[in-house]
Amino acid sequence: MAIYRSHVLVCGGTPCLLKGARTIRDLFQQEIDRYQMTDEIRVVETGCLGPCDEGPVVIIYPEGVMYSRLQPADVPKIVENHLYKGRVVEELIYKEGKAGREQSGPPGVTLEGEKYLDRQKRVVLRNCGRINPDSIEEYIANHGYKALGKALTELRPEEVVQMVIDSKLQGRGGAGFPTGLKWSFTAKTQADRKYIVCNADEGEPGTFKDRLIMEGDPHSIIEGMAIAGYAVGAEEGIIYIRGEYQLSIERMARAIRQANQYGLLGKDIFGSGFNFQIQIRSGAGAYICGEETALLESLEGNRGEPRVKPPYPGVAGLWGKPTVVNNVETLANIAPIILNGPAWFRSIGTESCPGTKVFTMLGDINNQGLIEVPMGITLREIVYEIGGGIPGGKGFKMAQTGGTSGGCLPMEYLDLPMDYDTLAKAGSALGSGAMLIIDDTHCIVDVLKNFMRFFCHESCGKCTPCREGNPRLYEILTALSAGTATQAQIQLMKDLARTMQLTALCGLGQSAPNSLMTCLRFYADEIAEHLNGECPTGVCKSLATKSEAV
Amino acid sequence: MKSLADLEKIREEARRMTELREEKEQTKVIIGMGTCGIAAGARETMKAILEEINKRNLTGVTLTPTGCLGLCEQEPIVEVDIPGQPRIIYGKVTPEKARQIVAKHIVNNNIIGEWVIGRK
Repeated sequence: MAIYRSHVLVCGGTPCLLKGARTIRDLFQQEIDRYQMTDEIRVVETGCLGPCDEGPVVIIYPEGVMYSRLQPADVPKIVENHLYKGRVVEELIYKEGKAGREQSGPPGVTLEGEKYLDRQKRVVLRNCGRINPDSIEEYIANHGYKALGKALTELRPEEVVQMVIDSKLQGRGGAGFPTGLKWSFTAKTQADRKYIVCNADEGEPGTFKDRLIMEGDPHSIIEGMAIAGYAVGAEEGIIYIRGEYQLSIERMARAIRQANQYGLLGKDIFGSGFNFQIQIRSGAGAYICGEETALLESLEGNRGEPRVKPPYPGVAGLWGKPTVVNNVETLANIAPIILNGPAWFRSIGTESCPGTKVFTMLGDINNQGLIEVPMGITLREIVYEIGGGIPGGKGFKMAQTGGTSGGCLPMEYLDLPMDYDTLAKAGSALGSGAMLIIDDTHCIVDVLKNFMRFFCHESCGKCTPCREGNPRLYEILTALSAGTATQAQIQLMKDLARTMQLTALCGLGQSAPNSLMTCLRFYADEIAEHLNGECPTGVCKSLATKSEAV
Repeated sequence: MKSLADLEKIREEARRMTELREEKEQTKVIIGMGTCGIAAGARETMKAILEEINKRNLTGVTLTPTGCLGLCEQEPIVEVDIPGQPRIIYGKVTPEKARQIVAKHIVNNNIIGEWVIGRK
């Protein structure tokens, strides 16, 4: 393995690839060859670095200079000036300039250097944008598989479960169920076979964190799954990835092959007698299959519909066997917890919700992309500091947290700490980590209509509250935007939403009215104006805008 | 993979590849790569240093080009910055001299006084 004097890290996350990162990567290699620097400079494709809106993004080490929004014509400039002559190309540098760089040492230290990154804390994304995801060696170089080695050679399975319980890690898929507790159910259940299923069906609109974690650091998922397998006594793992995530599937598959070659998967791992295998299944794009029991149905080859619970998957899951179903981000947290200990993990974030959360910021916000921040950070910090505020000088109207099944938070909640408990109390949900920012030119009724249309489409139809409830809610919202709704219908909407929350079979139907419920509470005035035939923002075309009405 | 020691062995080897992406106190070798430097043969000097780093399996050393220092007639100029020590600037560094700078100064911490043109 030769040492190079410089590394050019080209972001190979899907957002950057769509903006032509592969062309940029190839051009770098071509220009470097042309300058005869092939033996001096290495071009590496990495996972997502975060500022997806600024793609294609490139970081050059050892200087740690980040260039953004690169066009093919920029590449020869950078190669000639920066790489050949040692002069940084100032005009192409991303924002304040220096990319955040981690301190060396164990994973989970703060990125420093500039605004977008220095408010972040990278545990899950510790390797994203820093290593080549197709290289198991680079993962190992950054303490990869050490946690698995430690677990298998130094800890008993029950000690591993206890560590995860002590860490207070909560499931990062949306529901926030304590991961250690989930593992303990499966660990306690006797069975000839058990399974670890990684839920990578990420269907929540606006959420793309799992995709970028898998693309950027696939081995962290494998390591997390193997540790989970050892802890609960499972020898088989399945990653259920949505079919649209072709690059995730490709990189996960390659990572699994490499882990097998190194004996980090397979038989007698670390000489401990523990065997573990992982296979990939791809989903067909149904939102419902992100619900864990529907996912298991889909894995068994059936129509993706949720099961009646209990029994929960931890006791009777895939093929009726005890099954741990964990989200991608949850699994990516496991190795750092084992390596650094539960107390270290609890020192990050808030007391009841420790650790970090990966968010995908999108909508009306300047810095769209992927961020990882400690739990308990306020919405204001996310929107105005990390997110860079709202474009076009417009005002903040609301943030929808947790994707379409989450809830909406108005201006008054900007200082709310973002964690599972606090958001649940506010009637919203931290959920999957989507952070949709909506500015004040949008109409609440119109936005809600969009959300409800999504649920009408994605409801699987198994239970009545969800199958019938969603279209009725959509109808009333349509009537509101057309100016034909009545006060009684608003009450009907509330009753219906409440009924769905209480009686729907699975999380989809139970959480479908979340956004509606929060908006009925926080934007009652705007909804009342619609009843009076006015749409203050002028979005609902059949209604008068306020100024016209006056 | 039979033990943690096996893993550590791979890690040590692999870490050399990614080390320059870590932020830590590293020995910096900086080479003037302005037009003057390139014309005076700084490219060959740089290659010689990189070869030497590779040959000796050195870790914790970064090698970066920089613009003209203003002492064009002293090119190729090589600056060695070892953390906690004054920065030493060498002038007229041929590939052969460069290899000796790596061996004597960077590896054994002996400054080669006669080639030094400046200290910071």
